[in-house]
Amino acid sequence: MTNPMYRAEEKVISWLVGIAKKISGHNLLIAIPFTWIFLFFICPCLILIEISLSESLIASPPYTSMVEWLSGHMLQIRMNLGNYLVLFTDEMYIRGFITSVFIAGMSTACCLLIGFPMAYAIARTPERLRNIFLMLVVLPFWTSFLIRVYAWIMLLSPGGFINSLLMKYNIIETPLQLMNNSFAACIGIIYAYLPFMIFPLYNAIEKIDYALIEAAYDLGCSPMKAFFSIVVPLSAPGIFAGSALVFVPAIGEFVIPELLGGAQTLTIGRLVWNEFFGNMSWPTAASLSIVLLIFVVFPIVLVQGHRETKFLSRN
Amino acid sequence: MHFRGSKIILFLGYLFLYLPLICIVVYSFNESRLLATWTRFSFKWYGTLLSNPIILRATWTSIKVACLSATVSVVLGTMSAIIITRFTKFRWKPLFIGAITAPLVMPEVVMGLSLLMLFVGLERVFGWSTGSGTTPIIIAHITLTLSYVTMLVHARLHDLDRSIEEAALDLGASPLKAFFVITLPMISPAIVLGWLLAFALSLDDVVIASFVSGAGSTTLPMVVFSSLRFGISPEINALATILMTLLSIGVIILAVLFYKKKI
Repeated sequence: MTNPMYRAEEKVISWLVGIAKKISGHNLLIAIPFTWIFLFFICPCLILIEISLSESLIASPPYTSMVEWLSGHMLQIRMNLGNYLVLFTDEMYIRGFITSVFIAGMSTACCLLIGFPMAYAIARTPERLRNIFLMLVVLPFWTSFLIRVYAWIMLLSPGGFINSLLMKYNIIETPLQLMNNSFAACIGIIYAYLPFMIFPLYNAIEKIDYALIEAAYDLGCSPMKAFFSIVVPLSAPGIFAGSALVFVPAIGEFVIPELLGGAQTLTIGRLVWNEFFGNMSWPTAASLSIVLLIFVVFPIVLVQGHRETKFLSRN
Repeated sequence: MHFRGSKIILFLGYLFLYLPLICIVVYSFNESRLLATWTRFSFKWYGTLLSNPIILRATWTSIKVACLSATVSVVLGTMSAIIITRFTKFRWKPLFIGAITAPLVMPEVVMGLSLLMLFVGLERVFGWSTGSGTTPIIIAHITLTLSYVTMLVHARLHDLDRSIEEAALDLGASPLKAFFVITLPMISPAIVLGWLLAFALSLDDVVIASFVSGAGSTTLPMVVFSSLRFGISPEINALATILMTLLSIGVIILAVLFYKKKI
């Protein structure tokens, strides 16, 4: 006589043993970080997409749910593209995108202008000194980000260092408006992200064989021409990598425009923050984020990734 | 071979990098609140800073969050690095690599927003409330720093001589034992660096923490950020100087250790 309860138990046990066998070493090792990334990176992104397609509500949480069961057995899926439509028609958001691209572009260009000579100079110092010079570039990067932004508030604000100095020696009478404009936001971004530009540039320039430049000189090339026809093309991978490394974080930057840029420098990062904390409009904040990712961040990452693989396969 | 003006360029470049920070340090010792006047040298602002309960509590919270998230991040990051370098047959690998490196390029605002929405969703659907504790910040920081740690450890694992590990396996060591006895000591410099980087990133983050933190938990960057909105404050000068001093000591110790090949 077999006991059905006993049978069921046996089945459960053999099922558990089967799972336990599958959860051996490798699979467990894969499962742990994969679960983490799935739960805390992929899921949030999907939720963000869902909320960007919902409608704003005055409730908690302040949005409508996309998937709903109507009278118990009918599934209703509602998608609202209105949030995206607003982004492309409302002037405030369009201007926000333009401001962000402008500030990030300016900062990237300035980083390149400051970073290239520095990287070149470091690459031309005696070899034993190079590591020290490189470390001096990263060292400020390890101090708190906020402190580096604060340093510029101290220098540029109306009661700050530069204005105090100029007023003390009667060069100016009223403080100059150095802060609270997009110029200050650019300086803050340049200061914060300059190491990101110098390192890839240095890596590219260091590999250039100096004999090439000397050969150009010997053949009667002017220093300017030698620079633009030898150094610049050969350091192109560094230029592109550095520019991407500065531009991508600069475009979504919130803290620097908020603290240095003043009220009128509304970048996308600040708009997302304001929509969320100020207007409590979660769907708008979510759709702004999605647009920022799809139209700005993804293309650069894809192009840069493509360039890198192409460059690697060529060498 | 020098090119003309290379010394001037380096001097100006480093002046640009360091002058703002030197200003902070110098003015942290000024007794006056105003930058225009140097009254006299004093430690007054250090006193007010160290008796400010809000800053002290926030510092403690930040250190706790940074330690916990860096530790978990290093464990998960090492696992991910092993998966990326050693598991050749893993079918989902491109997706895995993509998802693990994506936080590197994700704008902070987007990451903070999406994680907060996840936490709100979890609370609504499962009733799991993160409350006002530091748990959401820790989870967010682990996700943020995981990619950096993975990249660091991956670079080290990639350059490693695999034959030693294979020899251990051939001689009958279990994969787990081979990892702990052979591989782990060899990648430990990358792990130490990864921990420090994760710690620094967590200690530095203001945007993500502002999004996900509950009402009760405030980290140090959040306190600093809200006080910076009101402009210059000598207390922040003092705080910055303390942080920079600790950092310099840390970097010197690390440099000496690396120089002597202790780690």
